[in-house]
Amino acid sequence: MSESLRYIQAVNAALAWSLESRSDTVYFGEDVALPGGPFGATKGLHKRFGSDRIFDTPISETGFLGMALGAAMTGLRPIAEIMYADFSFVAMDQIVNQIATIRYSSAGRWKAPLVIRMQQGYSPGACAQHSHSVEAYFAHTPGLRVALPSTPDDAYQMLRTAVVSDDPVVVAEARMLYPTRGPVRTDAPVEPIGGARVVRDGRDATVVAWSRMVPAALAAADQLAAEGIETEVIDLRWLNPLDFDTVGASVARTGRLVVAHEANLTGGFGAEIAARAASECFADLRAPVARVAAPDVPMPAAPALQKAVVPEAEHVAEAVRGTVRR
Amino acid sequence: MGLPDDYRAMARIRRFEERLAALKDDGEIPGSIHLCNGQEAIPVGAARALRDGDHVTATYRGHGWALARGVDMTGLFAEMMGRDSAVNGGRAASPYLSDPGRWFMGENSIVGAGVPIATGAALTAQRTGSGAVSVVSIGDGAMNQGNVHEAINLAAVLDLPLVLVVENNVYSEMSRIEDMVRIRQLAERAAGYGIPGRVVDGNDPDAVAEAVAEAVTRAREGSGPSIVEAMTERLVGHYSGDVQHYRPAGEIAAAREREPLARIRAAADAALTARLDAVDAEVEAEVEAAVVAAREVPFPDPATIKEYVYV
Ligand SMILES: Cc1ncc(C[n+]2csc(CCOP(=O)(O)OP(=O)(O)O)c2C)c(N)n1
Repeated sequence: MSESLRYIQAVNAALAWSLESRSDTVYFGEDVALPGGPFGATKGLHKRFGSDRIFDTPISETGFLGMALGAAMTGLRPIAEIMYADFSFVAMDQIVNQIATIRYSSAGRWKAPLVIRMQQGYSPGACAQHSHSVEAYFAHTPGLRVALPSTPDDAYQMLRTAVVSDDPVVVAEARMLYPTRGPVRTDAPVEPIGGARVVRDGRDATVVAWSRMVPAALAAADQLAAEGIETEVIDLRWLNPLDFDTVGASVARTGRLVVAHEANLTGGFGAEIAARAASECFADLRAPVARVAAPDVPMPAAPALQKAVVPEAEHVAEAVRGTVRR
Repeated sequence: MGLPDDYRAMARIRRFEERLAALKDDGEIPGSIHLCNGQEAIPVGAARALRDGDHVTATYRGHGWALARGVDMTGLFAEMMGRDSAVNGGRAASPYLSDPGRWFMGENSIVGAGVPIATGAALTAQRTGSGAVSVVSIGDGAMNQGNVHEAINLAAVLDLPLVLVVENNVYSEMSRIEDMVRIRQLAERAAGYGIPGRVVDGNDPDAVAEAVAEAVTRAREGSGPSIVEAMTERLVGHYSGDVQHYRPAGEIAAAREREPLARIRAAADAALTARLDAVDAEVEAEVEAAVVAAREVPFPDPATIKEYVYV
């Protein structure tokens, strides 16, 4: 069965599924229970599942992420919501020093099956403290799984995968994608963790993207097709576990690679993909790997300035043209 | 300062916020805005207790503090319109603006983050012997951030000249403070830090001014920080577009009778009412002129995007 849902509704459906099918799941965060979530992700869930399963927390990110860890270590399966990904930095100790390390440091005697759900990225007029793309911070941290769904179906499937995973998973959604609508397979079995997906075939170049840059890459591929350039688009979906095989196989077909993300260029996850390509696809590459990213500046609020910072389809298209010309 | 002066200061903030809301509706403000309608007596009362050189740090709901401390109204409108304003060049917008020229250390859109920063300004004041104080405003919900506790305790043990003003407007976004803490008044926490804490009527500028003045005096004397909890109510949504489905029926209507401007008007005789009407007209003209001037400010040049990342 497939339903047409908006991205945010798919999140809601995945959370309902989790609370329904797993009695060990609890959900908490700011304004998530009675108010139904600042973006409506938890609409109706409090009414359906009650305060034992879903509840509002004070504005105490460190406190409630630490609480999620302790609860996960002792038998619950918490999903903690960080309203804007930017606020996860308030709780960085719990995420990086505590949640990510406990399983390893205890030689597997403890585990932390929890999900940290958040949304990220720019939106028009939002300031530097509400626009971060945080994926590289968490993908850099061993012990965390990192999921970035780009479609309503993936918002549903990947969140469910995260919930059943025995590892801690950071699910970073894209706020700008919340209104997008698409088919969601609500009766599909839960997928295993990981796996990139080729979302468009092409022979001239490969674009690897995730989150909001996937639709941008697809739009770029449409433009390029009109110019006779066939672009393969890969939605990386998970940064950890990283499915580089799918990337490598595509580069073997196309010989050209562009990585596109909304986060800043320097030290962004695109650098990781480029480095892997350089060491594993060297013989296949017919042009240097190109990266599309935001310049290294904090996000300005004024739309006139944001336009110069936020990568869009045209930047992807330009980068592909650049690699194909070489 | 007499009634019409306070009234004017509060009316400027109210009218500014109302005008912003309209500009938002018209699409002239791109980002989100968080208005302080109903809470004007707090920055206005507090500002009366401050002098030049005293730093103020605010929440993201801080337009009132910016105006009360003398930040240029045209610049504020232009900043929020995403223009190349003299305030922050279009980089900050509503929830992150600041003005060093007016000792306004800025808003902060990370809840509670301003308190440690304000504590730093208090450290500077103490170590340089400037005699200045550092005032920081936060919401009731922010009292549950860990960094707020750390900062207050630091200020307490170092006897820093810090005044924490908690604007208790009942809600943090969509959640009631009574569902988030077990104490009745947040000022009770002061005892846990070994510093004074007071609860005042935050809709009365005189009461706020008196309480903040007391805390400021203590701070200037080197006796350390204090907490002033100002009780108030939000007359509008948390953000532009908030339909406030979580608020009980009649709550906002009742708050409108208690809000600071309505209260002054309700107690005014015919002569005072006429003076207040005149103040309103002047404020209206000032705000309108600021909007017109802000629209003249150009949009920032994208070529400047990398300016100010590094010195
Ligand atoms: C660290 C952090 N967590 C969450 C948020 C999202 N948020 C923005 S405003 C707000 C409510 C703040 O309430 P309060 O401190 O009472 O201030 P008020 O809105 O009432 O002025 C929340 C939760 C944030 N900006 N920063």
